[in-house]
Amino acid sequence: MASHATALRHHFENPDQQQEASSLGMWVFLLTEIMFFGGMFMAYLAYRQAYPESFAAGSAKLNVTLGMANTLVLIGSSLTMALAVRSAAAGKSNKVIVVFLILTLFLGSVFLGIKAKEYHDKWIHHEVPGANFHPDEWPKGVDMSHASLYFGLYFGMTGLHATHMVVGVGLLLFLIIKAGRGAYSPAWHTPVEMVGLYWHFVDIVWIFLFPLLYLIDPNFGRQ
Amino acid sequence: MLTATQAPAKKESYLTDGYGLKSWLLTSDHKRIAILYLISITFFFFIGGLFAAMIRLELATPAGDLLESDTYNKMFTMHGVVMIFFFLIPSIPATLGNFLIPPMIGAKDLAFPKINLLSWYIYVVGGIFTLYVMVTGGLDTGWTFYTPFSTTYSNTKVMAAAVGIFIAGFSSILTGLNFIVTIHRMRAPGLSWFRLPLFVWANYATAMIQILGTPVVAVTIVLVAMERGLHIGIFDPALGGDPVLFQHLFWFYSHPAVYIMILPSMGVISEIISTFTRRRPFGYTFIAFSSVAIAVFGFLVWGHHLFVSSQSVYAGMVFSVLSYIVAIPSAIKVFNWTSTMYKGSVVLSTPMLYAIGFIGLFTIGGLTGLFLACLGMDVHLTDTYFVVAHFHYVMVGGAIMGYLSGLHFWWPKMTGRMYPALWSKVAAVIVFLGFNLTFFPQFILGFLGMPRRYHVYPPEFQVYNVLSSAGASILGLGYLIPFVYLMWSLKYGKPAGPNPWGATGLEWQIPSPPPTENFEVTPVVTGEAYEYHAQEVVEVG
Repeated sequence: MASHATALRHHFENPDQQQEASSLGMWVFLLTEIMFFGGMFMAYLAYRQAYPESFAAGSAKLNVTLGMANTLVLIGSSLTMALAVRSAAAGKSNKVIVVFLILTLFLGSVFLGIKAKEYHDKWIHHEVPGANFHPDEWPKGVDMSHASLYFGLYFGMTGLHATHMVVGVGLLLFLIIKAGRGAYSPAWHTPVEMVGLYWHFVDIVWIFLFPLLYLIDPNFGRQ
Repeated sequence: MLTATQAPAKKESYLTDGYGLKSWLLTSDHKRIAILYLISITFFFFIGGLFAAMIRLELATPAGDLLESDTYNKMFTMHGVVMIFFFLIPSIPATLGNFLIPPMIGAKDLAFPKINLLSWYIYVVGGIFTLYVMVTGGLDTGWTFYTPFSTTYSNTKVMAAAVGIFIAGFSSILTGLNFIVTIHRMRAPGLSWFRLPLFVWANYATAMIQILGTPVVAVTIVLVAMERGLHIGIFDPALGGDPVLFQHLFWFYSHPAVYIMILPSMGVISEIISTFTRRRPFGYTFIAFSSVAIAVFGFLVWGHHLFVSSQSVYAGMVFSVLSYIVAIPSAIKVFNWTSTMYKGSVVLSTPMLYAIGFIGLFTIGGLTGLFLACLGMDVHLTDTYFVVAHFHYVMVGGAIMGYLSGLHFWWPKMTGRMYPALWSKVAAVIVFLGFNLTFFPQFILGFLGMPRRYHVYPPEFQVYNVLSSAGASILGLGYLIPFVYLMWSLKYGKPAGPNPWGATGLEWQIPSPPPTENFEVTPVVTGEAYEYHAQEVVEVG
């Protein structure tokens, strides 16, 4: 029943070549993603180096508990995604794949929900750069004008990451619909594998973002 | 060299395989997509040319009598934006590369045909944004978008232009991604890396820059947008930001982007020199690796754009030395090309005329680059017409000469028609002369201290400016003539046959124009693309 999806595209010699091309293509794409995020990491490093106190004070304003929860949620979603790929490769029924994909989708959505809550808190506490930027209880002696840089980069980096999460959620929905129709088999489940690579990549970006943004010095200014 | 079967003579070509707009706009055939790109970039080339014409007209007199200074700023900005992002960067990879890489490696198509088509649509959307910018007031930041002018002070369409370039960047990334995967995974049996045509090597190196560099300029544009829209302070000293960070990020892409523009041309020249001297390229392996070396070193020299931008002297020295190092792989190519020609039976066909022109002009462009890589010299020459002349020798004398060379070389393959030999040779000579008359005086102007990007200048500079403007009109004519006879040849040109130049590459073993599938049966390759010693001498015009 799944034969329509397993068809070899006309310009490939054999399924192996097709599979290898997709896989290499995805890795090359992820390489471009690393460079894309890299520009922002560069800006972050430059300004953290220049204004360590402002960055530590800004970082202390983040909610480490929520950030830690989100980290665990994302690592969990990587596990369920890996299980989805593994079930597809091992020839488990498409229903099993769907279950793991839905779990991944759920965890991804939880992440975005928590992120939205954090953004909302920042908004309430006037920690969004712009005309109303004046964080409450700012530690004395720390230059507040440079804090705008920290929060700007916080929103830029996590926003870019969240955008990738939203795209990932869309891709998961696509996979769930396809798997629901029984599209994947051990011989052909390239889309599941490719989305899996993408999902893990986005998780890894968070693994870098979390310590860089949340854990500079969580108790700064509260001694 | 190969045991491929010739396709049957009556096989439909890619041009006759379906008619109507839909068969073109929804095609996944790399050859048709190449033609779509060819039409689009030609459109933008002439638009960019119009802006250049306005610049040269204004500069014919010392007073600002044709354009106001604001308008002049928009003219050189739009000239740069259009020519770089919408002509030079896609020029050879998206047209000749797209058309030729699959047949050169014995493949039926690129690895991802739909992504290939998508890349063209993305390019068109980016182009529409740029056209929108042009008709609604233009952009005056210079193509470099330097902060804080672009983020804080400019009242022109910075955001729309930035979005256009951001979008067009993804078209470039997708082309590069497609090439890398295709070259790795789609080569015909027996076609090892060191049997690949040098054009493929050059495009491979270019693709590496496209995928590694373009995302960085994309994120830089995101930062500029955040700064301009939300005023976060990333590039604003009042909030602790640093405008120089923008220059670092921008040039991290935009210097390697220079090699996106020139490397494919170098690949073209390698093919043409070999074909028209009937010889294997001298030092094949060195030419192949020099492309990769240029791509790698190209990422390590961006700081030479910041010699006078508050970069530390120590960093300046390091970037200066690294910039000199790029001259080595470039020189390897030039010496190998000339060695290939030495004692070869050189045929002065039109593509070869352009190729020889390329070698001379690129050498001047490259050597004047060394002046600019020299710290002390650069302080005197920064932001003068010397810089303008230098990069036009590389971009126009190099990249565009290479593009025209390749277009004339493979035109018979792409269309199945020959163009008039005499007219095309005359045009090649006109382009060469017009180019030198336009840009050589600018070296002198720059050395004498005329700054770039001003529409008014002291009267003593007028002689050189008039020479330059006169040259520009000759150059413009030189570009119009090929446009006319190439269009003419589509209907009236005599049929070219599969291999009008007697070349040995795989792409010449299939009919012209090629059938949709390129090869009836996947060829088995038993040697490299340059087996001229085994071939009878063929007379070609």
